[in-house]
Amino acid sequence: MADGQKVYEIPIGPIHPALKEPIRFTFQVEGERIRGVEVRPGFAHRGIEFMGLKRNLIQVLYLSERICGICSISHPIAITLAVERAAGIEVPPRAQYLRVIFSELERIHSHLLWAGVAAHELGFDTLLHLTWKVREEVLDVLEELSGNRIDYSIPIYGGVRRDIAPAQVPKVEAMVRHYRGLLEELLDAFLRDPSVAARTRGVGVLTPEEAEALCAVGPTARASGLSKDVRQDRPYLVYGELGVRAITPRDWGLEPRGDVYDKAVVRLLEIGQSLDLIEKCLDEMPEGEITSFPKIPALLAHLKKAEGEGLGWHEAPRGEVIHYIRLEAGVEEPVAWKVKAPTYSNLMSWVPMFRDQEVADIPIIAASIDPCMCCMDRVHVVRDGSGATLLMEELLKLSRAKTERVLRGLSPAGGGA
Amino acid sequence: MILKTLFSQLLTRPATNRFPAKYMPRSVLGFLGKVKEGKAQLVPPVPVPPRFRGKIAYSRDKCIGCQLCIRVCPAKVIEFLPEAKKIRMHVARCTFCAQCVDACPVDALSESPDFLLSDTDRSSAALTVE
Repeated sequence: MADGQKVYEIPIGPIHPALKEPIRFTFQVEGERIRGVEVRPGFAHRGIEFMGLKRNLIQVLYLSERICGICSISHPIAITLAVERAAGIEVPPRAQYLRVIFSELERIHSHLLWAGVAAHELGFDTLLHLTWKVREEVLDVLEELSGNRIDYSIPIYGGVRRDIAPAQVPKVEAMVRHYRGLLEELLDAFLRDPSVAARTRGVGVLTPEEAEALCAVGPTARASGLSKDVRQDRPYLVYGELGVRAITPRDWGLEPRGDVYDKAVVRLLEIGQSLDLIEKCLDEMPEGEITSFPKIPALLAHLKKAEGEGLGWHEAPRGEVIHYIRLEAGVEEPVAWKVKAPTYSNLMSWVPMFRDQEVADIPIIAASIDPCMCCMDRVHVVRDGSGATLLMEELLKLSRAKTERVLRGLSPAGGGA
Repeated sequence: MILKTLFSQLLTRPATNRFPAKYMPRSVLGFLGKVKEGKAQLVPPVPVPPRFRGKIAYSRDKCIGCQLCIRVCPAKVIEFLPEAKKIRMHVARCTFCAQCVDACPVDALSESPDFLLSDTDRSSAALTVE
């Protein structure tokens, strides 16, 4: 703010019609150009982890599903993997394939949802209605397979809760065929359309160096050309056998530039990748059990005995999601539960992306990382009745003061260490 | 490209189902009253798939009062009735995960295709299963 005459501050949010979820931006604007931005998250904090510590693990599973309505397979998969590692539970091969099928179906619906939102932010509402109309087909398949249109309640510790019946397989295959034809049309409407390219090329650029330094994940990182995908880098379930490869704009024959256009390229091509994976899974899926604990009381008893800690990771549609859990023998509740959602890693890429952009591009740049505040918000600082920002140094000072306080209380002389 | 898609849509039926009526009635409650009296026709909702997870159906006779459903319910929907050793469900809180159906050792609980559950009173008879 060296030149106070020319630079103005525009606050957007926490609640604003242009934002889908609460977050506060403070833009420093010079004319039409954004010179800087401050991002303040924390408005969608619901204390989910704390609630989880008061429930048994089966209840926590459904609580984790409700962290985010769109990633309602990703969070349960990450937490089941974490608990299975902690409690030493094996997952039958068929259940692993079924989990992959459900998570790829979720990826398709999530990316189509994003494509619609992005088109809407560009003012291209025809495309919004088209993408959301075709999104219904994958939701119908999910409803057919799981019984719910959203929040599928499919993974459980040790397997999955529902099998794909032989009669349902043709319906899934029909959906895959339908989307293959449709994808060409969508690629045409998005990527070969001159007006979309005019609004997204060179807008919201995140260079590979910045993406690497800021630890961006998911399509945000891949659009900058980083070959970064948890399914490829640290395979879990059966992703290793399926041979997943991170998709970058190079697959569309373009050198990655890291702008909004590239992010659309990556997400749309990933729909095709998910279709391939679903088809491959249906082909290769072995017969057999779908869970190693068909009886719930046996599962509850096993989890109560379990002791240890586990980490579960999954490539959600928005990037890497990690759940950490610690179990103690004799208690049904987890003693620690930590959730890291993809938006948490992607949030800071907004700062370089907004630099020197126009005010009119704020909505599309904000939407381009596919943010999910309710996934991310794990903390909200309230001090002296007002929302305050605590910096690293302050936190360190508080921590040292507490150590001193604790030590004083512990030492018999009361004098401190 | 997109223009072709748009023009072809002029000739096809709308993708949406016009529920509950072809045109939005002035009062939905008034319209539903008329449907009850038989004076108006309801446009039916889209049919649900075979294993849809709707309102939980409860067979009171089969229930042995083991309370396993209460232990696994994530939304605390189920209340235990100690004298009768049976349960009461408050559907307004239900998240339709059907974990209680999986947990029940005697198959007293099942998934019904019922999903039109909106009500102005959360403890109404339609939203209480016992």
